[in-house]
Order: sequence, then structure tokens, then C-alpha cells
Amino acid sequence: MKLELGVCLIKDIQFGKTTRISDHALFVNKEELLTLLLGDRRLESLELEIARPNQKERIIHVLDVIEPRVKVNGPGEIFPGMVGKRGRVGEGRTHVLRGVTVVETGQIPAVPEALLDMSGPAAELVPYARTCNLVLVPQFADGLERVECAHAIKMAGLKAAAYLAEASRNLQPDQLEIYDLVPLPDLADEVKGLPRIAYIYQLQSQADLCEPFVYGDNARKLLSTLLHPNELMDGAIVSGNYEMPPCFKNVTYTHQNNPVVHTLYRRHGRDLCFVGVIVANEHPTLHEKERSAVMAAKLARDILGADGVIITKEGGGHADTDLMLNCQRCEEVGAKTILVVDEPAGPDGTAPPLSDASSDRADAFVSTGNSNELIELPAVERVIGGKTLAGMSDPPEAALTVPVMMIPSATSQVGFTRLTTVEL
Amino acid sequence: MEKLRVVHFLNQFFGGIGGEEMAHVAPQAREGPIGPGTALQAALGERGQVVGTVICGDNYFAKDMDKAAQEVLRLIEPYRPDLLIAGPAFNAGRYGPACGKVCHMVREQLGIPAVTGMYEENPGAELFRRTVYLVKTAASAKGMPEAMTTMIQLALKLHAGEPPGAPEEEGLIPRGVKKNRLAEHLASERAVDLLLKKIKGEPYRSEMHLPKFEKVPPAPPVQELSKALIAIVVEGGLVPPGNPDGIESARATRYAKYPIAGKDALMQGDFAPISGGFEKAFGAQNPNRMCPVDVLRELEKEKRVGKLYDYFYTTTGFATSLASATKMGKAIAKELTEADVGAVLLVST
Repeated sequence: MKLELGVCLIKDIQFGKTTRISDHALFVNKEELLTLLLGDRRLESLELEIARPNQKERIIHVLDVIEPRVKVNGPGEIFPGMVGKRGRVGEGRTHVLRGVTVVETGQIPAVPEALLDMSGPAAELVPYARTCNLVLVPQFADGLERVECAHAIKMAGLKAAAYLAEASRNLQPDQLEIYDLVPLPDLADEVKGLPRIAYIYQLQSQADLCEPFVYGDNARKLLSTLLHPNELMDGAIVSGNYEMPPCFKNVTYTHQNNPVVHTLYRRHGRDLCFVGVIVANEHPTLHEKERSAVMAAKLARDILGADGVIITKEGGGHADTDLMLNCQRCEEVGAKTILVVDEPAGPDGTAPPLSDASSDRADAFVSTGNSNELIELPAVERVIGGKTLAGMSDPPEAALTVPVMMIPSATSQVGFTRLTTVEL
Repeated sequence: MEKLRVVHFLNQFFGGIGGEEMAHVAPQAREGPIGPGTALQAALGERGQVVGTVICGDNYFAKDMDKAAQEVLRLIEPYRPDLLIAGPAFNAGRYGPACGKVCHMVREQLGIPAVTGMYEENPGAELFRRTVYLVKTAASAKGMPEAMTTMIQLALKLHAGEPPGAPEEEGLIPRGVKKNRLAEHLASERAVDLLLKKIKGEPYRSEMHLPKFEKVPPAPPVQELSKALIAIVVEGGLVPPGNPDGIESARATRYAKYPIAGKDALMQGDFAPISGGFEKAFGAQNPNRMCPVDVLRELEKEKRVGKLYDYFYTTTGFATSLASATKMGKAIAKELTEADVGAVLLVST
């Protein structure tokens, strides 16, 4: 499968008379976009706001972050099974608006507060604090069930991302990135001879509002399976993980731009052979976890022939058990593992970082930081997304001392972060 | 340059007083270096002088650590030391904590650098690694010269006001305190680098180590269930309306007990879960799902269990620290034991 990503560098968003891109600025016809999104009656009303990097602005009630992309050539449509038709993706050409995201917000009961500051120390932690963000602020229909609220904003976010990217369809991209990974038997001998690395990509699909979508369905019943890495770039996996501590979830942006996939692709043929991506759900029952781990390890070792496996997770608690099982089952059949984990080590940094330590073969970890450590957010001049914070009485524009946990994907569990810990 | 004044703390064995039979001796001071003090003096060289040694018996210290440490401190003070070196204790299980305690007190009350050393598995390490500089030593006194050199190097650094480097650099037992910082490369990049090293059999350094959880041996099975008093302990934060005892919905430090005497079952509205760790609707709809009073009453009637205790206990297990959970567990267990409860149904979520 060969995919060309046509990267269109965007430096600003403005509302304007027509939706178009001109001179690296994206102009958005607000009325047209609102009409499109408000076709869904689950949304009583919707506000569209623009947040820019380096501004003293704070987006609250953040649910997801999505990078606008559109398929301009080749089969399929972006976000297949969600807003795009359910079909083959991952080849041809896809345009990307790099420098822009769509941020879904929403006030849904029992969903933990998630903050995105566009400047200050928190902005250093996540890439989408340095992009121009079109923020969706919905008002849900009266009495709407929580799961319907979640699905409504999810569809709105994806539709908005697809709509914005459409403006780049006929543009000459600024950069062209080629992602070409042929089937294993077709790899050149010298590439096959390099250390073979597979990626086990744990997804947390466990309940309503806690579900990533793979080709349009949650992964609740998904048996461990193979995806071609290019499929991720066309939005085959999107995040519906709302009721999770924010730093623990993998926002759609990090599925689309999965850094493990990008690192493996970049080094494929140089010092390693990228043999494939295995998605494995973190099921809620032990017997399903065991089955998932056995199948994932078998795919990695017996089908892909991996010498080594990188394993990333989503969430904590349950996720740690799946991590230990995947690690153990891989190591047992001879595939060496490395686990990417964040460490909820308590505000003072002394608590155990994992809640399951049952694999005696788990000896290689990369840490993405202590999510309980407090960070001081300076006061801001503008708040987008609401007037009060969930579960906190502080005014949303105030200076806040909060755990890193409140910043979406700050301790990115797929490794999209330079945050780590040092042990004193 | 003025020579630094160093005082050395030793136990009765290293202090040359005697073996186990002299472990009861009270703190006493001697001029100059004693026993391993000569190794200490050699490591110090011209930079310092061991002006005095304070010795205390292992058992004397262990009996009342606060009292003994104060007495030791009173003997150290007159020497007007610039530095305090304790031990090293290697793997000696009473000596290690004594060295840690002395260093802790000296730092607190005299405000001078205090360094000790011990084997990583010495019980003193777990007690004092957060608050005292513990140099990592071998398990036996064969490691004496090396230990002394490392201890002195660190002590001199601290005296000069220099901040110590990372534990591995300084030869310290890690404090076990994690601090966030920004690495040079993305985690994904570091992961690939580490994995390639592991595959090739090259040495690699993991950024994190698996926590060691204590293996708790299960209690023996209940002998006669039909006679047993059973209590329910709920970890999902099942509380009355308004959460009157303020049990936290995550990282809990509080627990409570609530009466269920005379109830054949819990009703919707009696209690509801507040834990942040799961979907609460089902527990709220029917609290028996979390605290099975209804089923236990049936089993009581059928005489398959003796009796259901008049109270259930609850706290929130979600992201609750090991330290809090241990503390609360011990307290709850004590109360249940005092009430003659013979078996506990621990309901997790």
C-alpha cells in the first residue's frame, strides 16, 4: 500500500465569505459549516470559535482533537465508517491541513474536565497547543442521553475536519510525504534481514463514552487484528474516549499522526524492518484479555515474524493488565518487548507507576511522564467552551494548579510527547 | 584550607566494643577514628579529620530510635562537626535504620550534611531513602573501601553546596521520587532505540522499573461458613446521598462504615457509587450489585452463612495510593477483627 500525504501548511484560520485556502491561511464560511453540522438534531445549537497559538486562551471541556484530512486520490474517504463511506483506505493521496485542528468540546455529565491552554507551560506538552484550532462548542438537545451527546459531537467534529480539509483538494501541497510499505514477502532481502519490529497498539473500548472507533465501530468485540499503518493516516481509528482521565486517552490527532508508526516508517530499511501494526482491544473481562494477548503475540511472532514488539496502551488500571499480558505472551514466544507507559506516580512522585506488575519479563520501559504531577497554569484572557469548570469551583480563566492529567494526551500513551520522568 | 571536622557514627561491632552480646550498650563517644574510621580518614585525606566517633549498640538503638538518636546527637554536637558519616551498614538490619535515623536527625537539628551507606535491601533503605542520602553498598563489609570513597565524595559535594546528580551518578540508592522533565526526543523514538538494543543483546537502560508489590499470602479458608459472621467491604465508593463522610472519588484517604442491620436488601437511593473509575449508573440503580445485601440475607435464611455483619465498609479504590490503601486496609481489618467478623466479601470494581 502506498500513500502520499500532501501536507498543506496552514498558518492561520479566519472566518470569511467562502471556505478556501489562500496564502497559507484557511478561511471558513461559518454559516455553511454550521448548516452542515446542525443537520444533526441532537445538537440544539453550536458555536464555532478560533483559538490561536501563543494567545492567552484556554479551551475547556475538551473532548477530542482532530487533524483535517481529505482523500484527493485513491479509494475510499477519510474517517471510513464514520463520516466517510466504509471502504478501503490507506493508498493514493491524502491532503493534510498541517497547523490546523478541530477541537471538540462539550459539557457531558460525569466527563472529567480537560483543559487546553494555547500558551504557557501546558502548551509545551501537546502539539495542538501550537496549531490554529477551530473549536466546536455544542449545546445538546434537551434531555439527550449521554451516549447520544457523545456520538453527536463526535460526528460533528469529524464532519468539520473533513469539511475544512476539502478546501485543500485542488491545492498544490507544500510537502509530499510518501508512505510505502509492501507486503512482507515482497520486501527486499536486505530489509528482511534487519531487526523486525511489530507494533501492538492497545485500544480502550470498554463502555459508552470510552470507545475508539475502528472503521466505524467500537472495538468492544474486536479480536486482535492487523492494520496497515497507512490506514491510520486516513482516519481508520478515531477517538470516542471521553469519559477517561484526559491525559490517558489517545486523541484522534495522535491516532492520525501515530508517532510509533512514523518512527518505524522512517527507520524502515535503515536499521529495522517494520513488519506491521496489530490492534488489540483492552477488554473488560479477564478471559477476553487473555485471548486478545495470545492472538496479538501470535500475530506478531508467528505471522509477522517480529524479533521485537513495541506495545502502547490507552488508559490505566485495566490497561496495565493488558500491557502485562501482551508483554508476557510476546516474550514467551521469543519476541522482545518494549512498553511505553505514563506513570501516575502521585503528586509527590512516589507512588507505584503501574497497577499491574505481574509480568516478570517486563523489563524495558519508556516513560511518558507523571500524570499526577502538578502544573501551574497562568491566568488567561479568554476561555472557550464554557463558563464553569467541571468539578472545580475556580473560575476557568484563573491561574490554576492542576495535575498534568487534565491536559488531553499530555502524557501521550502512544508516545507523542517528550515528557518523561527522572528518578531522584 | 581548613580541614573539615568529621564525626563518625558506628554500632557496637564496628566500634570495637563487642558482638551481639554487647548490642545493648548505650551511646558513647571516643576521640578520633575507630575501626572503619581509619578507612574513612584515608578517604578524607587532607581535606578532613575524623575528630570523634559515636558508638551505639544495635539493640539499644532499635528499642527506642527517637530517644537513642537524641542521645547520639548530644554526643555529636560538642565536636562541632562539618560532616557526619554513619556506617556504612551494609546489610545489617538494625544498624541500617540506626544510621538512617542518625543522619536524618543530624541534618534536621544540626543542619550539616550527613551521609550513610547500606545495601539496597537493608530495611533502613526503605525507611530512609526519601529523606537521607544513602550510598548503595555491597551486602558485606568487603565493600568498605569503595563505600567510604563514594560516601566521602558525596559528603564533600554536599558541603560545597553542590546539588547531587542522578542516583546512578552519585552511587545512591534511588529515592524513588519521580519528577517530570522534557527529554530531547519523542518517546516513540526512544522506544525504538531501546528495543533495538534489547534485540541485539546490547546493554539497555529502562526508563522505568516495575513496582514490587508485596505478595500477601491469602488467609486460610473459613472453617464453618454456616457459623461465620460475614462483612462486606466495597471498593467502589458506595455512599449515602450527599456523601456525608466526604470519601474521595479518586485517590481516597478516607473510608466509612454504614449500617445495614434489619435491611433485607438495599434500595435505590439508599446508597450510590462515587468512584471515578467506572460507569456508575448500574450501581446507583441497584446498590445490591455492589454490596449484595439481598443475596447475603437469602444465604442467612438458608443457613449457608452464619450472619451478615450490621455494617458494610467502603472506600474508593480508584487511583488510590498503595500507602493509603494499606493504611485503610489495616484499620478496617482491625475493626472487623474486634467485631469477630470471620470472613470478608471484598467487592472490587
